[in-house]
Amino acid sequence: MDKFTRLTATACPLNVANIDTDQLLPARFLKVSRSAGLGKLLLHDLRLDADGNERPEFPLNRPAWRNARIVVGGANFGGGSSREAAVYALSDYGIRCVIAPSFGDIFAQNSIKNGFLPAVADEADVTELAAMLERHPGHEVTVDLETQSITCGNHVFKFSIPASWRDQLLNGWDEIDLTRSHTREIDGFREARQRSEPWIFRRG
Amino acid sequence: MAALANTTATPRTLFDKLWSTHEILRRDNGDTLLWVDRLYLHEGSFHAFDQLAQRKSAVAEPGLVFGFADHYVPTHSRDNEIANPEIARMVRILDNNARRHNFKLFGLQDPRQGIVHVVGPEQGLTLPGMLIVCGDSHTSTHGALGAYAFGIGASEVAHVLMTQTIWQKKPATMRIKVDGKLGPGIGAKDIALAIIAKIGANGAQGHAIEYAGGAVRSLSVEARLTLCNMSIEAGARCGVVAPDATTFAYVKDRPYAPGADQFDAAVARWSSLPSDANAAFDHEHSLAADQIAPVVTWGTSPEDALPIDALVPDPATLSDEGRAKYIRGVLDYMGLSPGQRLTDISVDQVFIGSCTNSRIEDLRVAAAILAGRKAKVPGKVSPGSSLVKQQAEQEGLDRIFRDAGLEWAESGCSMCVGINGDLVPAGNRCASTTNRNFKGRQGPGARTHIMSPAMVAAAAVTGHLADARPLLAGRPA
Repeated sequence: MDKFTRLTATACPLNVANIDTDQLLPARFLKVSRSAGLGKLLLHDLRLDADGNERPEFPLNRPAWRNARIVVGGANFGGGSSREAAVYALSDYGIRCVIAPSFGDIFAQNSIKNGFLPAVADEADVTELAAMLERHPGHEVTVDLETQSITCGNHVFKFSIPASWRDQLLNGWDEIDLTRSHTREIDGFREARQRSEPWIFRRG
Repeated sequence: MAALANTTATPRTLFDKLWSTHEILRRDNGDTLLWVDRLYLHEGSFHAFDQLAQRKSAVAEPGLVFGFADHYVPTHSRDNEIANPEIARMVRILDNNARRHNFKLFGLQDPRQGIVHVVGPEQGLTLPGMLIVCGDSHTSTHGALGAYAFGIGASEVAHVLMTQTIWQKKPATMRIKVDGKLGPGIGAKDIALAIIAKIGANGAQGHAIEYAGGAVRSLSVEARLTLCNMSIEAGARCGVVAPDATTFAYVKDRPYAPGADQFDAAVARWSSLPSDANAAFDHEHSLAADQIAPVVTWGTSPEDALPIDALVPDPATLSDEGRAKYIRGVLDYMGLSPGQRLTDISVDQVFIGSCTNSRIEDLRVAAAILAGRKAKVPGKVSPGSSLVKQQAEQEGLDRIFRDAGLEWAESGCSMCVGINGDLVPAGNRCASTTNRNFKGRQGPGARTHIMSPAMVAAAAVTGHLADARPLLAGRPA
């Protein structure tokens, strides 16, 4: 997995609440394989009109933000469906981090598995950052995972992330290798489980 | 058994017990490796199998893995090949993976086929005390039986396939008590939408919800499944209801449930699961059941929900400019006017189905309203499983739906998510028993109002959003 340590890049404000995973990647594209690249499908129905033309007013279509690698989102970003392909679409577009007041739980978990940072910050800080970016389109933002800080000009604020997720992103750990180092404990647990609740293992 | 019964120094919640009985080990940072009793798969799980293939890995416990063809299956007919080759391919990949990795599949032609969150409980695969995961956010449904069940992403599905375990951080706990007695014609969907309207679409984020109180205790298992299903729409990790006599009676004699030789032992163990008296929750909410009216959504988040006698919100009356801007955007998408009566909103079509509301009790209440009446708009009824379909036909419900002018369809996720091709056309307004009114959820530009099966039937009969209660009066439901 790719490590995430520190990123300085253009940040695009998308500061509306409840940008759910159905918006990030509409369901009809879920059968597209990862190898086909999902970046062009990101936020498809918000970015493009019914004829497939770009909506010029949509932030990611504006010249200053087309190449953004950071998104400043609203509350409950990535809520809804568990589709990990929503994270693939963001990653394939080139985005590595979303800053928002809150995230859908499953979306946040999926982000970590893909070396993608869901940075939770105070609503007031996020709103102010989005407003700064609106005033100065194309401004860069620095996200530092070591210090859990976000910097845009003179505006500096903290973000939060569970310690284990931070470690995982900083080190790029592979979770499956980690789990497999515990095979003995898992086997022991399975035996005990089969003794205590044998019906779980019943074949119908 | 001793571990469950004799370590009660501190009172524990149902969720605490479910968590600790699955804990294999815990790291210093709080990450816990949990044992998984059931992994459910559907056609969308193909990314996880790609990861498995990349690692040249095998499935660790094929006997604990079950596949369900539901998301992409056609609902018009089962007689012919699937016309769309891309959709046919999705169903075939699941088939191939089941054969290659030797796990049980309830496939397209299986008489038990249906939506994973309907068939799991129906077959007795979902049992109290289990930990269940699936690459679908509505896995929270299975908590209705007293299981810890939650949706996961493709990488986590791959991890479970390879190890039958999952790393988790323990969520906080939230108890939502619904006391008192529900009014006639009010069901679990109304409770769920009332809760989400109250606490918000991320109001339970990071929490395991336990639904409690007299009104929850008196719900059938099917109604509890509806309630727990919607937990994710409040942002919760999962929702649970304590197993009780209602649960045990539901589980008994189902194909995969403990047999006669084990059933009493199982019930004894499950009976130790309910939260101890005085167990502490991180957050508590309460609702009075008799205050809950039929609820419908007006916007594009399940939290945009109001009682049927209310008015569409008027952004001009709000001091919060951010909120006003959000509502203006929503009303524009939904094609609604500020201050409009909800009952003046006319609909173009209806849908009864999905993992939320497609079980036999849902179909019965909708049929009670539709019996002897005509729908003013077209619509589709898709039973949650092929066995639900069979039972409904034995009860003559299919004839009631057809006589009313609705399509009686096959079982699948269908128009809830539309990936099998069952779409609501752009600009059309659909009264739907589903779980998400997100922009474009039922198709690009589709306008979705979510509500109970009774309320969808009422919308069908009147052609607009309507209170189901007068239409139910005097009818068996």
